[in-house]
Amino acid sequence: MLLKLIRRPSPSRAMVWLSPLIALALTLLSGVILFAFMGVDPAGALYAFFVEPLTSRYGWGELAVKATPLVLIAVALSIGFRAGVWNIGAEGQLILGAICGGGIALLFHDIEGFWILPLMILCGIAGGMAWAAIPAFLRTRFNANEILVSLMLTYVAGLFLSYLVHGPWRDTDGFNFPESRVFNASATLPTILSGTRLHLGAVMALAVVVAGWVLIARTLIGFQVKVIGEAPAAGRYAGFSVRRVIWFSLLLGGGAAGLAGLIEVAGPIGQLQPSISPGYGFTAIIVAFVGRLHPLGVLFAGLLMALSYLGGESAQITLNLPLAVTGVFQGMLLFFLLACDVLIHYRIRPASASAVKPS
Amino acid sequence: MSASPEPATAPLLELRGMTRSFPGVLANDQVDLSIAPGEIHALLGENGAGKSTLVKMIYGILKPDAGEILWKGEVTEIPSPAFARDLGIAMVFQHFSLFDSLTVFENIILGMDAGEDSARLRRDIAEISARYGLPLDPDRHVYTLSVGERQRIEIIRCLLLKPALLVMDEPTSVLTPQEVDQLFETLRQLADEGMSILYISHKLAEIKALCSHATILRGGRVVDSVAVDQETPATLAAKMMGAALAAEPEPGERVPGETRLALENLTLDAADEFGIPLRNISLQVRGGEILGIAGVAGNGQDELLKAISGETRATPGAVRIDGNDCGHLGPNDRRMLGLATIPEERLGHGAVPGIDLTGNGLLTAFRRLKLATRGFIHWGASGRFADSVVERFRVKASGNRAPADSLSGGNLQKFIVGREICQDPELLVVSQPTWGVDAGAARTIHDALRALAARGTAVLVISQDLDELMRISHRIAAICAGSVSATYRVGDVSAEQIGLLMAGTAELDGVEAVHAA
Amino acid sequence: METLLPTLLTIITAATPLLYAALGEMVTEKSGVLNLGVEGMMLVGAVVAFAAMHATGSASVAILAGLLAGAALSSIFAVLVLGFQSSQVATGLALTIFGIGLSALLGQGLVGVAYNGLPKLPIPFLSEIPFLGPLLFDHDILVYGSFVAVPLVAWFLARTRPGLVLRAVGNSHDAAHAIGYPVLRIRFLAILFGGAMAGIAGAYLSLAYSPLWIENMSAGRGWIALALVVFATWRPWRVLAGAYLFGGITILQLHAQAIGVGVPPQVMSMLPYVATIVVLVLISRDQNKIKLNAPGCIGKPFHPTA
Repeated sequence: MLLKLIRRPSPSRAMVWLSPLIALALTLLSGVILFAFMGVDPAGALYAFFVEPLTSRYGWGELAVKATPLVLIAVALSIGFRAGVWNIGAEGQLILGAICGGGIALLFHDIEGFWILPLMILCGIAGGMAWAAIPAFLRTRFNANEILVSLMLTYVAGLFLSYLVHGPWRDTDGFNFPESRVFNASATLPTILSGTRLHLGAVMALAVVVAGWVLIARTLIGFQVKVIGEAPAAGRYAGFSVRRVIWFSLLLGGGAAGLAGLIEVAGPIGQLQPSISPGYGFTAIIVAFVGRLHPLGVLFAGLLMALSYLGGESAQITLNLPLAVTGVFQGMLLFFLLACDVLIHYRIRPASASAVKPS
Repeated sequence: MSASPEPATAPLLELRGMTRSFPGVLANDQVDLSIAPGEIHALLGENGAGKSTLVKMIYGILKPDAGEILWKGEVTEIPSPAFARDLGIAMVFQHFSLFDSLTVFENIILGMDAGEDSARLRRDIAEISARYGLPLDPDRHVYTLSVGERQRIEIIRCLLLKPALLVMDEPTSVLTPQEVDQLFETLRQLADEGMSILYISHKLAEIKALCSHATILRGGRVVDSVAVDQETPATLAAKMMGAALAAEPEPGERVPGETRLALENLTLDAADEFGIPLRNISLQVRGGEILGIAGVAGNGQDELLKAISGETRATPGAVRIDGNDCGHLGPNDRRMLGLATIPEERLGHGAVPGIDLTGNGLLTAFRRLKLATRGFIHWGASGRFADSVVERFRVKASGNRAPADSLSGGNLQKFIVGREICQDPELLVVSQPTWGVDAGAARTIHDALRALAARGTAVLVISQDLDELMRISHRIAAICAGSVSATYRVGDVSAEQIGLLMAGTAELDGVEAVHAA
Repeated sequence: METLLPTLLTIITAATPLLYAALGEMVTEKSGVLNLGVEGMMLVGAVVAFAAMHATGSASVAILAGLLAGAALSSIFAVLVLGFQSSQVATGLALTIFGIGLSALLGQGLVGVAYNGLPKLPIPFLSEIPFLGPLLFDHDILVYGSFVAVPLVAWFLARTRPGLVLRAVGNSHDAAHAIGYPVLRIRFLAILFGGAMAGIAGAYLSLAYSPLWIENMSAGRGWIALALVVFATWRPWRVLAGAYLFGGITILQLHAQAIGVGVPPQVMSMLPYVATIVVLVLISRDQNKIKLNAPGCIGKPFHPTA
């Protein structure tokens, strides 16, 4: 090997913030190469991807609309990831939130009332939590791996939604499309910026960022989460309950994902469809890591990932690039980030140089 | 015992000017050493003196920054352990390099070169077992074996290579005194057959009993190279420790106090196949006394500590603190009753590696010292608490924001011990208080434990270092296979008698057991 | 009786990709590395194999291409995890997300292209034995390969020295390093093997199981394969049993849908996923058993200068 890793005496604080930026730069560089390979003008493609979406007021609104579910879910997931609880089934919990919250909208379709939306929100959160409670129960009771269980439940949730919109909840006046009825006004999130689709959910996401920050920085449960994640034995020694932290992490993630799902169907979509998310639950995992498992970082990472969705759409329209480029970009960013993170704990030196001088 | 080597014999191994540094530490500085054929040579030094670094260079695990190795008179570079083995150097590690889910036989074959005929290897193993008194069943899985049996695998693995030099890194820290005698028999037999042995230890009595020559390391440098029969344990100790440390005081007179901790027929199933079940453990510890529990590693020490700390729950009545039945209570409820505990494993159990000292102080003190109330943490007060521990126990750290894993073993142990003592416990249970820490830190910790007992706290020390227990305890017992023996006054029993207890004898004939102080 | 043979044959086809992927992942895990990227590697293997088939028309080139694609993707994971000390869980997830995106990108022009499937290679005489002949001796090359792979991997792990070294590295990388085994190199090879097998599994999906390319066509099989490794408690013959059990469940639900048992098709389609959860719970209940069989160092990073 040409390079050698030398452990730093203590982690570099500068690198904690620099490494995502380096990763982003490397991702853009790889993007240029990728576009060149695909025979697309790299400058034009990067413009279409990262600038064009933001050239209008509507575009900025869309950025927030897309960032909202990502940030909501990623803030909660990052707390779980700190605890070493790998809930990667947020997509399924999002779907259940949409089903439960959307179910309320359909149930009270003919009624107007200020209480409908809050009730939908509560049911959305509860739905996501219930779905996340399954891996939590199976992990704490039977030691079943939460990664696999939560992921399997995502497929189940998708099929369940498909069943509902093809069957009992299908709009009878909907020309046989597999869709529910369109929610009425009291079951729809109000828009907060005219000329855009920006809705109340964005405010909720910001509130969750602040709450997540307080939780991590100030509360005992936030501290417990970190301790259990780093050293479970030390956590038990301190008297913290690993089970409790598992339940907490999964319910938090499930609740946030459920809320995000409800926000999607009660906001931009306005009804239940077979597909209500372009993989927000999975992308939120990347957002959580790129955001350094910190709420503020997650906010920035969420906006960046939202931009990659918008960029993918814009590049599809203007350059006829496949939408899948977005996924490749997101994956590459995470790869580069994971690679750059080595710089937090290690210095890189040429292998020939000898060890650090004694102090 | 092997005779002193004649000056005429060429040394088998000679080290000249070996130097190796790590970030921030010069672990070996111009170390010279020479071993003759058939010689048992001691490498003597306190923890942290640089012994392990030196042997790792001999065995090709570490590369020296400077210096040369002469093997049979020729300058040789040893780039890898495989190369060392080919030369004829074999090594028994302090932390065994064994694979516990594999069988004894598989472990041995992994240490041999490829292409070994397995039927012949089995015969060789049986022969060496018989010849050197090292009985082993080759088809058992390692996780089912005792620590002493595991060491036998390592030794057999080495002997199969027919090495010219056998390096043993602190081999007796995991053995009972009787097992130590047996090991010494084997080593003398090997030396008589012409094998050289490099014996690494900080135990003076062992070196007096076994070795002919000793190279003494302190702070990474050779302070002296001596013929052992010209020295007394006292002169060796002076060279090993330097002038800095005076002899430790005798355990002071104890003030008899109330029974703080009472275990009654504590019985617990093992958590899994790798654990040890606890069986009918009964003992009491009173305020003002230090009770030592001796035992070879892996005999239930960890399980016992966790049962007392509350990390595992016990049956009703089995654990009482100040008379309160607390078998069902968790760690923090027990802490509120005045208990403090210090587990063996520092990083990952006693402290969280990546969290700073403030957080690690908070870890066990948040409830007793009210560093967190109504679910919110008071970081200011927590930082001040960490500072006070650092100051009182002279912990070398870059401040309370330093992560636990940036501290040296000795400093981290001082911080952990300090964190518990600064909470003014009425009962302290500590496991392996000075395992792997340097001499200065060990001394600080021993003094702190004595001072705590003198103040009236009941102290229970679980340790595999028998010398340590004999120095600091008032009463002593031993743990073996999850059972604790009867308890004796330290002055009433010899190390050999405690060795019998460590090997599983429940009670000694002719010595009066003292069940309460 | 006349429906039994076709049913068994479809079970074999459903089980084959699971078997390859799980067997490969098992070897990776045996070396102490958890690679959660199986789904991504399968998809890339599938699309690359299909594209190679489309371009060359040669089945062997296509299979080889799928194998290499899986191995190439796994090498990214290996470099990150072994060279850069990144978290195995996070890196594996990244690999899956990347693989899903990359396969969709690569498969752009291939959607809607159809193809005949891998040719059957009946073994002379043996394939004419009633019942057993068509069941065991009239398959494509990849099914035969899966029949051979299980005993081969079992033999490798239990009977050969490299297999022993692999297990040793997974049990304790520190001990293996102390004796002088090249831990990182061994793990690198084990990861590559896992990737290659996932690539073959993907190739089977797009060349034989349903010979076309659809985005996300593995539909969670990579994850089911991961669960199978736990279910099998890291033993090759049990991986075989598990793969056929799941193949059976997949076919069962398809048959039930076909004959119309009055249950919505979506609910029937949930069956393999729910079964995975059930099986995982049943096997994980006995923590002792998992602890005894799981590679001791699984998921733990290794930095060799210590």
